[in-house]
Amino acid sequence: MKPTDISNPDYLHKVVDCQWACPAHTPVPEYIRQIAAGDFSTAYMINWNSNVFPGILGRVCDRPCEPACRRGRVDAEPVAICRLKRVAADFKDDIRDRLPRPPEKKNGKRIACIGGGPASLTVARDLAVQGYQVTVFDSGSSPGGMMRSQIPKFRLPDSVIDEECGYVEHLGVELRQNHWIGSLREVLASDWDAVFVGTGAPRGRDADLPGRNQAAAHIHVGIDWLANVAFGHVTAIGKRVIVLGGGNTAMDCCRSARRLGGEDVRVVVRSGFEEMKASPWEKEDALHEGIPIHNFLVQKAFTHDHGRLTGVLFEKVRAEYDDKGRRSLVPTGEPDVHMECDDVLIAIGQENAFPWIERDIGLEFDRWGLPVLDAQTLQSTLPRVFFGGDAALGPKNIITAVAQGHEAAISIDLFCRGLPLTQRPAPTMNLVSQKMGIHEWSYDNQVSEEARRKVPVKSIEEALKDIKSEFELGYDFKLACAETARCLNCDVATVFKPKLCIECDACVDICPTECITFTRNGEEDELRGRLKAPSHNTEQALYVAEGLKTARVMVKDENVCLHCGMCAERCPTGAWDMQKFQVNIAQAGAEA
Amino acid sequence: MTYLAKPKLHSADAPRNALGYTRRDYEGAISTLCAGCGHDSISASIVQACFDLDIEPHKVAKLSGIGCSSKTPDYFLGNSHGFNSVHGRMPSVLTGAALANRNLLYLGVSGDGDSASIGIGQFAHAMRRGVNMTYIVENNGVYGLTKGQFSATADKGSKSKKGVINSDSPIDLASLALQLGATYVARSFSGDKEQLVPLIKGALRHGGPAFIDVISPCVTFNNHNGSTKSYDYVREHNAAVNRLDVILPKAQIEASYPPGSLRRVVQHDGSILHLRKVGVDYDPSDRIGAMNHLQERQALGEIVTGLLYVDSSGQDMHTHLNTVEKPLNQLGDAYLCPGSKALEALNATLR
Repeated sequence: MKPTDISNPDYLHKVVDCQWACPAHTPVPEYIRQIAAGDFSTAYMINWNSNVFPGILGRVCDRPCEPACRRGRVDAEPVAICRLKRVAADFKDDIRDRLPRPPEKKNGKRIACIGGGPASLTVARDLAVQGYQVTVFDSGSSPGGMMRSQIPKFRLPDSVIDEECGYVEHLGVELRQNHWIGSLREVLASDWDAVFVGTGAPRGRDADLPGRNQAAAHIHVGIDWLANVAFGHVTAIGKRVIVLGGGNTAMDCCRSARRLGGEDVRVVVRSGFEEMKASPWEKEDALHEGIPIHNFLVQKAFTHDHGRLTGVLFEKVRAEYDDKGRRSLVPTGEPDVHMECDDVLIAIGQENAFPWIERDIGLEFDRWGLPVLDAQTLQSTLPRVFFGGDAALGPKNIITAVAQGHEAAISIDLFCRGLPLTQRPAPTMNLVSQKMGIHEWSYDNQVSEEARRKVPVKSIEEALKDIKSEFELGYDFKLACAETARCLNCDVATVFKPKLCIECDACVDICPTECITFTRNGEEDELRGRLKAPSHNTEQALYVAEGLKTARVMVKDENVCLHCGMCAERCPTGAWDMQKFQVNIAQAGAEA
Repeated sequence: MTYLAKPKLHSADAPRNALGYTRRDYEGAISTLCAGCGHDSISASIVQACFDLDIEPHKVAKLSGIGCSSKTPDYFLGNSHGFNSVHGRMPSVLTGAALANRNLLYLGVSGDGDSASIGIGQFAHAMRRGVNMTYIVENNGVYGLTKGQFSATADKGSKSKKGVINSDSPIDLASLALQLGATYVARSFSGDKEQLVPLIKGALRHGGPAFIDVISPCVTFNNHNGSTKSYDYVREHNAAVNRLDVILPKAQIEASYPPGSLRRVVQHDGSILHLRKVGVDYDPSDRIGAMNHLQERQALGEIVTGLLYVDSSGQDMHTHLNTVEKPLNQLGDAYLCPGSKALEALNATLR
């Protein structure tokens, strides 16, 4: 294998699994250390810089970081990264004086953002601090987009949305609420330097089945119903409710229904329990509230008595997999199942819809109705129109919308400066030794062996009483501190200098997970077979260094390194050092 | 050294041996030796050997004397029996323990000061009595605990860290062991686990007095230019006579060797030693030849390593003394005090 080049920012960035997995590349270990140090405001600002909505994401993020967390590979559960983010937001001081100040003198460029959700607001924030004049058009009465309309208040209170959208407004972004854009042609006719479209995926998929039209009064499309609940238009539901679908919207629907008078609320899903799209913790929360989940049932018809909904008829299926592992749901042949109910909520998917974009203005759509975009620059076929969030590449999640907002902002900035969009500013990195004394490091290298802390919640009785009362209480300071200790500090990298090494094997002997081997070089597959500990996880890199006196190579399997620094403590010559890796992901305005 | 205990976290696919133990289960407390000490590598090699041999930790007794080396039994086999004895007296304490209970595996760990200076008499007699043990000397050529004076194994002409040249002749413990009747004699280097681990495994399965002299650099006081026991010097002057593979009786033999390159030795317990030839034609069953080879090469400034001598037909102390097989603490009162008639019968034979 070729020796590893750790000066390439991507190499050590990948070692920080959580940060690499985060679409917005939030420096997770760094903010967790700040929380441990009691500096919640700094922790919050580290988050805010990367993901714009720490308080919101600390409650409702899809948390791709947690399945990626290194601790998950050596312990039962990953660090509760998401809930620690909430801790930073909950306990911070007033951070308004820490927000960047947009330049007094604007650069004269005017940007329109259509839609007031996370993608648009991210674009607005990134550009406002660079001196752009940004106007956000949103049809709602307050900003936030789907974060406000579709996420139930018991998961995400309005106050948090108000606060964090307010920080964006604070930067001089003009928010035009209750402003419905009916025509992109008209928008383009005004002299905006660039237009960003972040209108989400606003249409809920319907179930076109027998009885749908007849019994329509008690059959609701999930996301529309959730929006009506959010804005107080709907305050009650029948006692018996069936929720169709297995995603996070279905979980929000069933839990909302429980709070609006639903007593027998059940979720019915085509797939098996494990394959459901909902995040495991959201399924857990639904089960916790006494909502059963029925699997392998496909809706066939809505039954009704002269237009009054009586229930749903389901066909029983089982999963079969072909040679390539593709799943198909095959009827079992057993009798159909009929479930009685008073209301049905359909949460079987979301679709994009752009009725307000004329099809003859040069903006191309693909056959799925999505705009044709450059995947990296998010530029459409109309050069000054950019997309981001669910509107761009289909429904994903908030953190992806934020990440795309950052990318779109970079593109818009380059576009407005007349630079090629493909010359994107690269990330920069810094490595600083953490050594303070013979066995002292400026990070806490003692590895906690304690289990993940549970987040305190309200009692079910209390939680079900009020749909606006937040269910999770969040960690208190003590729980938060204990949880921060579980972070392995993956951004404190093991850096090896072969020239100093005397090959005494001290690091090999002390490594708790046996991830260091000195051996002759070879091809990766073969080399992995010769390492001290089994090296099966090929997604994790091998750190290879050459230049040793015996002509062997040092191979470190990054997979289960605990970043405990014992190799560096045991090294008699300082060939190993623990160095804090900081990667600065470029945002709009950075020089390429 | 490190202050923190090693975290217990490890990946789910950490290798396990036939007993279901991981390597970590054979470790002891965290080492307090200097960072980079060769002794820690020897401890790790012992851990590896015991793991590979599926040894039950409670069937091992580890004994040591005084010194850096003699601290190390604390750092491996945390679930085994241990006895940290008086300076240089490990061999007698171990001999006594072995007499009392022959069912344990005896591992004596000592250093060049402990075995070649204060305890040289003890060392000599344990070897000549044929105590069934694995005797490991962690040999760094200096008194590390007292700041690096030359020990009795320091080579004549080698230089101390302060620049003093050693004028005394060295004691070669491997040559002594050969002369005194050890039936398994090896030398190795702490920086070469590929060689050391199999040698320890072969010794643990030997069934007689097995001696291993392990050159183990003292990073703090004896790893400089002019030292003959530094990492660099030993690597440059290492003249291995063979490479060993230890194959357990039940294991399938998978390795294939070119003809004429392999010597096969079957030990008492059925374990097989495969000795791969390295360079010279060397006969590890020829005791006199081994002693000559050691002397010749030593005169050339080489450090001969490998399995120097093995005699699998040798007998141990228990056979010589015709001792009882059961551990003494398991013998009943009736057996230990056979009564006045038995005493009279015994006395009668002496009249």
